[in-house]
Amino acid sequence: MLSISNTEEVVLTPELITKFNEIITRYPDGKQKSALLPILHLVQAEYGWVNSSAMDKVALYLGLQPIEVYEVVTFYTMFFLKPQGKYVLEICRTGPCCLVGAEKIMKYLEQKLKVKEGQITEDGVFSWRGVECLAACGMAPVLQIGPDYTFYENLTEGKIDELIENLRLKTADKSAQQIS
Amino acid sequence: MARKLLLEHINVPGINTFEVYSKMGGYRAVEKAVKTLSADDVVEEVKKSGLRGRGGAGFPTGMKWSFLAKPEGVARYLVCNADESEPGTFKDRYLMTYIPHLLIEGMIVSSYALGANTSYIYVRGEMMPQIKILEKAIAEAKNAGFLGKNILGSGYDHEIYVQPGGGAYICGEETALIESLEGKRGNPRIKPPFPAISGLYNCPTVVNNVESIAAVVPIINDGGDEYAKIGIGRSTGTKLISASGNLVKPGVYEIDLGVPVEEFIYSDEYCGGIANGKRLKAVVAGGSSVPILPANLILKTINNEPRLMSYESLADGGFPTGTMLGSGGFVALDEDQCIVRNTWNFARFYHHESCGQCSPCREGTGWMEKVLHRLEYGHGKMSDIDLLVDVAKKIEGNTICPLGDAAAWPVASAIRHFRDEFEWHVTHPKEAMERNYGLAKYADPLPAIEEVTS
Ligand SMILES: Cc1cc2nc3c(=O)[nH]c(=O)nc-3n(C[C@H](O)[C@H](O)[C@H](O)COP(=O)(O)O)c2cc1C
Ligand code: SF4
Ligand code: FES
Repeated sequence: MLSISNTEEVVLTPELITKFNEIITRYPDGKQKSALLPILHLVQAEYGWVNSSAMDKVALYLGLQPIEVYEVVTFYTMFFLKPQGKYVLEICRTGPCCLVGAEKIMKYLEQKLKVKEGQITEDGVFSWRGVECLAACGMAPVLQIGPDYTFYENLTEGKIDELIENLRLKTADKSAQQIS
Repeated sequence: MARKLLLEHINVPGINTFEVYSKMGGYRAVEKAVKTLSADDVVEEVKKSGLRGRGGAGFPTGMKWSFLAKPEGVARYLVCNADESEPGTFKDRYLMTYIPHLLIEGMIVSSYALGANTSYIYVRGEMMPQIKILEKAIAEAKNAGFLGKNILGSGYDHEIYVQPGGGAYICGEETALIESLEGKRGNPRIKPPFPAISGLYNCPTVVNNVESIAAVVPIINDGGDEYAKIGIGRSTGTKLISASGNLVKPGVYEIDLGVPVEEFIYSDEYCGGIANGKRLKAVVAGGSSVPILPANLILKTINNEPRLMSYESLADGGFPTGTMLGSGGFVALDEDQCIVRNTWNFARFYHHESCGQCSPCREGTGWMEKVLHRLEYGHGKMSDIDLLVDVAKKIEGNTICPLGDAAAWPVASAIRHFRDEFEWHVTHPKEAMERNYGLAKYADPLPAIEEVTS
């Protein structure tokens, strides 16, 4: 079920607005609604998910009714309507990937992270979910991690271990830097 | 070794840069088109080539272009369909990643032919790395004078923009794609009007697949007649095949249309046979939407002729015993795979991806998913099998867009060819949870034709 929980008010940064301004030049005059998907991707990359305050701000910026933004955000699967782990591991669960063991890898990921699909690990670093064919079936099983959508191919349990270890270290490094 | 038209230079180091790409003869097609050919000449060459849409439907590209309305003073658009979401298909990602300038070059030539001054490449949102690659390629081409105002002094102006999707299979359907590009939900439009009359921003629009647009480059370089010499019958030219599943060498292959299916699966030049020394059980030849065939029927037609990788040969036998080339997503299933599970997985996919506008598709896909789930998990009844056939029939042809058909065909064909395996799931529910039905007789020689028709 959708839970658009309202948290803090989002303030669109000047850097974001500059990017938005460039995007709307791609479309004819009066067709700035076309900028909605690219703008939403930028918002999600910035905040990790899209809350209703952000949607309202985007609506205001593009001169749309808020509902025009809500209906789009809820239609497309890439936009998160609630907070996620810092890294969201999205693993393909469609037929061709399952022929070469995607289901086993998903099970392994679940055991490894100790959270069910859609939930966040206690430390807030990870969440995961199954997604549909990522157009990489020849390199199956595969997973992607936003907001850059980096790809990890030909997954094995060993590769999952390695990936999670690396991401944990990266996060620990960053927080150490912030403290010092 | 067949001649490669699209992937000829794919292994040249740096081919993703403008510098190397142009050194290898890239952007010749733009020069030739804008300097020596009229827009109509380009359309004519594409018609002569016999090129058929590589996105799935196989509609002749030149003919599609000639339907484009050209009212005075109204903008026209070319939109490239890079949504690539059909399960089993990954050729467009490959092409855009490794040889992005081929698509950009094709976009310029095609837009020139259509008189489009602005074009969009709609890339599925998950392909953020490819979006960056394309944007870089566009900037390089523009820097070199192949995009922007007055290209190569010809007076032709052209800009290309890359648009991300949001993660929805249905946005690969061309009118849903247009809606999405306008910043809306991806609900397919009722046709007519067709995009050629009223598409993006209600202007005349052509939507073409990445591979179709890329193929325009060799067609203009060598001429449509040369292109048409490759292939067989009305399946001209080369095709990118995405090979996946239980194969020794899955990957993207450029084939001359007309290569025997057997050669494609087993030869070292292509897939190198079935992985782990297993035997082939079934193939989905053209992406998840096309009918699945057992091993014997994919290798030979019902008339015992070798089946070829071409539009006509794969469709030989029609729905009862044939399939379709579709998008070229070639998925091989070995003897250890469960047809019921695979069918359930696909049904789940279509239910998840239905946009929900038409009741037969919205409700029917959910119904099929549920019934298949209970068959797979040992709670099925014998009557469920006919129920599935019935639901599939009620969806087919009764919906706004072809997603309904695409959901119905895999289910109907799996039951047509693998009915014994579905029945076994009902009669042996416990066993079916523990082991797979196996190869059964699916790879046996085909029965004589009289037995089949009687
Ligand atoms: C549900 C559905 C999904 C589709 N997905 C794609 C796709 O991902 N890529 C594509 O090129 N065509 C896709 N198509 C086909 C397009 O509607 C359209 O026919 C095609 O882009 C036309 O280009 P072409 O003539 O060059 O093949 C899809 C069609 C349907 C019904
Ligand atoms: S057939 Fe399905 S996907 Fe297509 S318009 Fe109808 S409900 Fe939407
Ligand atoms: S089925 Fe997993 S990438 Fe295509």
